[in-house]
Amino acid sequence: MSRTTLDLWVGIFVAMGIAALLFLALKVGSISGSEIRSPYTLTAHFDNIGGLKARAPVKSSGVLVGRVEQIRYDNERFQAEVVFTVDGRYKFPVDTFANILTSGLLGEQYLGLEPGGEEKTLAPGETIKKTQSAVVLEKLISQFMFDKAAEGEPAPAK
Amino acid sequence: MSDPLVRLENVRFAYGERTILRDISLSIPRGKVVAIMGGSGCGKTTLLRLIGGQEKAVGGQVRVDGQDVATLGRDALYAMRRRMGMLFQFGALFTDMTVFDNVAFPLREHTELPAELINDLVLMKLHAVGLRGAARLMPGELSGGMARRVALARTIALDPMLLMYDEPFTGLDPISLGVIGQLIRRLNDALGASSVIVTHDIQESLQIVDYIYFISEGRVVAEGTPDEIRHTTDPFVHQFVHAEVDGPVPFHYPSDDYAAALTGGKA
Amino acid sequence: MGGLRKLGSVAIEVVWQLGFIARFFWLILVYSGQSFTRLNLTIRELYFSGVLSLLIILVSGLFVGLVLGLQGYEILQRYGSSDSMGTMVALSLLRELGPVVAGLLFASRAGSAVTAEIGLMKVTEQLKAMDMMAVSPIARVVAPRFWGGVISMPLLAAMFSTMGIFGGWLIGVVFIGIDDGAFWSQMQAAVDFRYDVLNGVIKSCAFGVAVSLIAVFQGYDCVPTAEGVSRAITRTVVSSALAILALDFVMTSFMFRGL
Repeated sequence: MSRTTLDLWVGIFVAMGIAALLFLALKVGSISGSEIRSPYTLTAHFDNIGGLKARAPVKSSGVLVGRVEQIRYDNERFQAEVVFTVDGRYKFPVDTFANILTSGLLGEQYLGLEPGGEEKTLAPGETIKKTQSAVVLEKLISQFMFDKAAEGEPAPAK
Repeated sequence: MSDPLVRLENVRFAYGERTILRDISLSIPRGKVVAIMGGSGCGKTTLLRLIGGQEKAVGGQVRVDGQDVATLGRDALYAMRRRMGMLFQFGALFTDMTVFDNVAFPLREHTELPAELINDLVLMKLHAVGLRGAARLMPGELSGGMARRVALARTIALDPMLLMYDEPFTGLDPISLGVIGQLIRRLNDALGASSVIVTHDIQESLQIVDYIYFISEGRVVAEGTPDEIRHTTDPFVHQFVHAEVDGPVPFHYPSDDYAAALTGGKA
Repeated sequence: MGGLRKLGSVAIEVVWQLGFIARFFWLILVYSGQSFTRLNLTIRELYFSGVLSLLIILVSGLFVGLVLGLQGYEILQRYGSSDSMGTMVALSLLRELGPVVAGLLFASRAGSAVTAEIGLMKVTEQLKAMDMMAVSPIARVVAPRFWGGVISMPLLAAMFSTMGIFGGWLIGVVFIGIDDGAFWSQMQAAVDFRYDVLNGVIKSCAFGVAVSLIAVFQGYDCVPTAEGVSRAITRTVVSSALAILALDFVMTSFMFRGL
């Protein structure tokens, strides 16, 4: 085999390999579209984060705007501290409401941001004050049972 | 002519427990062709490895052109090997290259010569061994004798000062054998080099070499010029030259008594 | 007693081998200069380990993807989430199957060939002849083959995954009729570039180093007889497979925990 055909084949091989890597990066891994650009960090405290995990999506109005970076336990407040990044293109008012929500009934949990009405926006590194913990299904059910029981209790007394 | 190119002094060598060479002292004068002979497996090839620095002696000294081979570092050793050529028993041609590329290999690795000059040099070397027409063949397409001549062309590519031949006559037909023998002599004289031939082919060697050493059981047992060897009375050399089955070199590997072994030791 | 002694000798043997391999690896790195200054040496090896492995990698990738598509659909359908088929196919290929299966195929296709070639060069004294010509066989023969394998492996794994995803797409979208948009968008939403794609590439690079190192080492270290070469080839395939699977476990446990 002559040098030039060999070089040609190797060229084809390497080009195909790089094309495959690009395909995986762009088309499959979506490095471009949903990737978060020039992110800034925000923090929020929750009584209960439920099943929220690091790298879970942060959404506002259902659109991906960031990702959860880190989840810690704050031993002074006895609360969970969630650090997350938000795309630099999006600014949120200081009275933004942070919820831990579930996509669908049993889907993955994510951090939802509901913007408030303030003019001032959250600066990088700031903390969101208004939060709502995850809805824990067991608590919800036991609450429901308790309410039902309380409702039905007076009946036998009669 | 006072200072020989290669000098071995009391060289001892062993692979682990197995002693191969006990006490070898010999020298290869400049410009001469020297043969080292001995039965199969007596450590002749090891001797070449010692000279080339691929093995290190356990005792004694190997000096090539005044330098102690064992003390050379890697770079110095490689620098010395560029001035040596070794022809391996079966040629050891690179099977993935053409004959031309095989001969060009040392030139391309060690020199920055332009392609045209390398082309000319390679064709000259191939012409010297009579195989200029085979330049485009692959080693697999060559006969044993041709392969060895190509390997010879590769060995002399860098015009070495010392040529080493490991069993150059093995497995060749009489014609190829004569051709190789004549080439060894002619190339040595043309290059002004010195040559060592390790072989057990006594008849061919007697015709082309200047001096012969006989090695047996790790020692030099006899030496001399071809004329001296032909007329020697030494029983070992006599057995070797005349290819006698039994003599100082026994036919039987050392063993216990034959009769005793057959009767299970009861006799 | 005998068993313990046997265990001891095996353990010593393994440690020796590891030490040899580590030293050999170091030598390869030291003598790698030529592989990059004389690029045509490495390009030649890229041809032998990369281009010649292309067909088996592409075909196997396609079949693995087709099977993943069929099995994935069958399972996901039970939970009414056959739309996530793209996600399942892509994640299993990118994280595990791509690097691992491509690595195993690469070991048996290219690794064994490299071992055989170097082993035969040793048998025919080509390596010794090269050394006598003051050309280091590690720089001239071993290092280019090593780097050829190291470069080929991630490219082959990426092609394997790509073909697999294409196979999954064929089954899901073309044959079963999952919506094309759902297939891709679900996949893109779930696959993270750094977490899934890049970790998979890192894995395939590690496997490339492991397989290439084992292949050149076994060839260089083999007993120079016909039997020795055949044993070395077997050892290359077996220990490459073990190394890939063990490395995969270790790397997976570091990369994909604590999501």
